[in-house]
Amino acid sequence: MLPALIYVILVTQLPFVLTIFYSVQSWNLLSLAPARFIGLQNYLDILNDPSIRIAIWNTIVLTICAVAISVALGVAIAVLLNREIFGKGILRTLMIGPFLVMPTAAALMWKDTLLNPLTGFVNYLLTPIGLGTFDFINRFPMASIVAIEVWRWTPFMMLIVLAGLQSQNQEVLEAAEVDGARPLQMFRYITLPAIRPFIELGALLGSLFIVQSFDTIFMTTQGGPGEATTNLPFKLYLEAFQAFDIGRASAIGVLAVILTMIVATFALRTLFTIFQVEARR
Amino acid sequence: MSVQAGRTQRGKAVASKVGWSALAWLVAIVFFFPVLWMALEGLKTEVQAASIPPTILFTPTLSAIQEVLSRDFPPYLINSATATLGSTLLVLVLGLPAAYALSIRPVKRTRDVLFFLISTRFLPFAASLVPLYILARNLHLLDNIMALVIIYTTINLPLGIWLLRSFMLELPHELVEAARVDGASMRHELTRIVIPLITPGIAATSLICLIFSWNEFFYAVNFTSSIAATSPIFLVGFISGRGLFYAKLAAAATLASLPVLLAGWIAQKQLIRGLTMGAVK
Repeated sequence: MLPALIYVILVTQLPFVLTIFYSVQSWNLLSLAPARFIGLQNYLDILNDPSIRIAIWNTIVLTICAVAISVALGVAIAVLLNREIFGKGILRTLMIGPFLVMPTAAALMWKDTLLNPLTGFVNYLLTPIGLGTFDFINRFPMASIVAIEVWRWTPFMMLIVLAGLQSQNQEVLEAAEVDGARPLQMFRYITLPAIRPFIELGALLGSLFIVQSFDTIFMTTQGGPGEATTNLPFKLYLEAFQAFDIGRASAIGVLAVILTMIVATFALRTLFTIFQVEARR
Repeated sequence: MSVQAGRTQRGKAVASKVGWSALAWLVAIVFFFPVLWMALEGLKTEVQAASIPPTILFTPTLSAIQEVLSRDFPPYLINSATATLGSTLLVLVLGLPAAYALSIRPVKRTRDVLFFLISTRFLPFAASLVPLYILARNLHLLDNIMALVIIYTTINLPLGIWLLRSFMLELPHELVEAARVDGASMRHELTRIVIPLITPGIAATSLICLIFSWNEFFYAVNFTSSIAATSPIFLVGFISGRGLFYAKLAAAATLASLPVLLAGWIAQKQLIRGLTMGAVK
């Protein structure tokens, strides 16, 4: 176990300490000036920078919207695929396609061949209602990013919820049916409580991934137009690899860690409860 | 119940099954369509791929695929394969003993170690990005595939340990006990008894490593430029290539997505368990 632990500490914990160290320095790789200690100046700068506030806001909007919609759709589709239907196996295979496709590849396909105002297939389908040349990505950039992320994460949520539905106690459902429970009542009072831990697990894992989303934004909007789709990871990319401002980028890094930790502490606690419930079975 | 009533009820059940099946197929096709469209566009000529309205019926041609393969795509694919295989191997070499020490021969504070490990997976990359970049620059590891191998190992190791551990916990206790009574050393116990019994766990771990390493973009785009660039980086070249390259773009996107798509489809059962770190079976 020790080698693995040392490895993880070396590649994640030590750099984080360095991140904190860099964050109190003025250091730009593009300038010849040596790094110098400036205290909390970087933090004051980023907290007063409206573009950082926009990036934080965009991160929150993207994460909450994408997670909420993909969870809702995932539950609905899982319930649908759990019914007596033809070709369950094939349907599940088709459904997980979006999750497995390389995100960069999918993002480019969405931009160039599906939502393209000139040649896009979605635009072609929407021609009858007058949206044939509508530029979705430019006119509704955030909604477009959310849509692509929802397309990618709904299958993930569906898989987890489907596993939950399949582990449900069939006898309880049959007993309820005999007692004359209506389908909607059964879903609300029996199925939903039973699959709740699965929904929570999906939502938590999903938000931890989506909060970091970068690929789709890089490939479709490059954070624009303006700063409409710049989230924290993309902002960090701009500061670190376009401006090469090591001090500032590190300060953003520390800020991102603090924000994530607030979410993650809560998330991990729930995760452990789920594992313990699982272990008691 | 009369024969007639029985028949109508059966008729109703069949009708409902047909109705729900139709809805499920519609939903699955909507979700799968972008994946299908990507593959179809890659089998068209450039003129067909950019036509208005979109070309739906056509004679497939392999010319776009041949063109991207005969030009500069293969080195990118080879880099992806090296980064993926290298990091997967490292995850197994480091992860198997660690999982063993956290399940079959649990060390003290197992729960804390597990908690710590998984928290590193969900620490945002912002936490360690800048120092890792500076370090890679100073060690001349920028644009070197080793940098990606090391980083992808870090990304996948915590998931791998959790996942392998969940499989080890399922092993019958008597089996390991018997070996211990026979005087097997810890190393012997792990390599001769535990590892052969958890091959599905090793498969699930490899699948998750494959998905996250093969599709990874953020570190690839920032830590490599040409020599060590992986397949998503090849796709970046198409961002501004408006208009004339849709078939080649789609062909490259399809080829880049194929390994993960196929592996995920083949190992669907491992997929869900892997994505939830063993929590959902």
